[in-house]
Amino acid sequence: MVSGIVSYGVYIPNYRIRLQEIARVWGEGEDISESLQVFEKSVPDMDEDAVTIAVEAARTALMRADLDPCRIGAIYVGSESHPYAVKPTGTIVGEAICTSSDFTAADFEFACKAGTAAIQACLGLVSSNLIDLGLAIGSDVSQGAPGDMLEYTAAAGGAAFVIGRDNLVAEIEGFFSFTTDTPDFWRREGMPYPEHGGRFTGEPAYFKHIISAARGLMERLGTDPEDYDYAVFHQPNGKFPMRVATKLGFSREQIEPGLVVPFIGNTYSGSCLIGLAATLDVAKPGEKIFVTSFGSGAGSDAFSITVKHRIEDIRCRAPSVRDYIANGRYLDYAMYAKHKNKLRL
Amino acid sequence: MTTNAPRFWRCIPQRYNLIGTHCRSCGEYIFPPRNLCPTCRRVAELEEYRFKGTGTVITHTTIYNATEDFERQTPYDLAIIQLDEGPRVTGQIVSCPEVKIGMRVRPVFRILGKEGDRGIIYYGTKFAPLADFSYESEKSLSKK
Repeated sequence: MVSGIVSYGVYIPNYRIRLQEIARVWGEGEDISESLQVFEKSVPDMDEDAVTIAVEAARTALMRADLDPCRIGAIYVGSESHPYAVKPTGTIVGEAICTSSDFTAADFEFACKAGTAAIQACLGLVSSNLIDLGLAIGSDVSQGAPGDMLEYTAAAGGAAFVIGRDNLVAEIEGFFSFTTDTPDFWRREGMPYPEHGGRFTGEPAYFKHIISAARGLMERLGTDPEDYDYAVFHQPNGKFPMRVATKLGFSREQIEPGLVVPFIGNTYSGSCLIGLAATLDVAKPGEKIFVTSFGSGAGSDAFSITVKHRIEDIRCRAPSVRDYIANGRYLDYAMYAKHKNKLRL
Repeated sequence: MTTNAPRFWRCIPQRYNLIGTHCRSCGEYIFPPRNLCPTCRRVAELEEYRFKGTGTVITHTTIYNATEDFERQTPYDLAIIQLDEGPRVTGQIVSCPEVKIGMRVRPVFRILGKEGDRGIIYYGTKFAPLADFSYESEKSLSKK
């Protein structure tokens, strides 16, 4: 059974802060942008959260392909910043996009890869003919404690993918996951900010999991990096995806169209999916995309995708990722702190 | 704690998706929804109607001293917006450095308020400048 992406939509908040501005406040050198290869990051408005971002991305995905929301049989939202600990984000998304009530919903949490886990769950239901369409969303207003290294990249954004069997814009030929118990990054219940293991988040976490999932999928499908026109890897900063691409044998040209972290920061559950959306914004029919997410904790999901002709029909019906990137308004650190609710009244 | 959850829940369709009323008898569009057409009364033929959400700013003000629920957001812009179908609604304008009378706006999904740190979160519709995405045609927005 062929299944894949029927439509997609993204949402990136309007506000930005330059990393130099954060570095100015905490006395870091201005070269932090260069070392992270991130120059600015998106900041949510005071009335935006993972739900509002998920809704905007989902509405854009439906608009792009002119889909009847009543066809959706499952809504899975991946985030590590669901505003409710108990009350699913997916219920609010369903109501806001006017689905019928005949759908299943659940919130997913797997650090930065909860969105790709949601795609896998939708693929299962769609491919087994249990539902017509599934809606998978990765959405986050990620948190970084003031002064922590995470603060330089923790951003806001999301992407929604409608998964189905007909009128595909891209076929998902296969996926492969690699999961271990690796405590590289975590947030305990009730804590406002996550903790991380510093350099431990690199080799034993990000690189090991992405490389294992990517190699596992290519081995299963009998493909090589040169068989793909584009590649997207999770983007916690600008260095890691470039380095993992090189280790796997992908080139800078293959990852550049989907490399959005230098301009919007790390959107966590949205990161890899916004990168995929940016790649779909430019890919031509017949071209192949290799995608591998990473979620701390830790795990990676790798996907092999082939773009279909329908992409040409629907691509321009909604804003592209680059349109959102170009639409930023800059904040200083004081306004940023107000937006992120870091000020106690 | 006390909660207004049932009251909010009853308003979800109108707050999330601007669901109002249309009278097929006289053609009038009504928001918020009503059970009676003020013009046709007993001969009214009412149906549920989802407003496009696009409209024009009729007048606006900036709030500097807000109630406790909104004090973190000050200063913020509040406007009376004439929806394209006719009714006027009061709404917050977001993502806009300078609100102007006659400005075209589109609906966006935002947090309207919260019942403190423990209560429910009220979501709903606010408005942003239509010009943010110039190619975002009004036709495509009506489908959104």
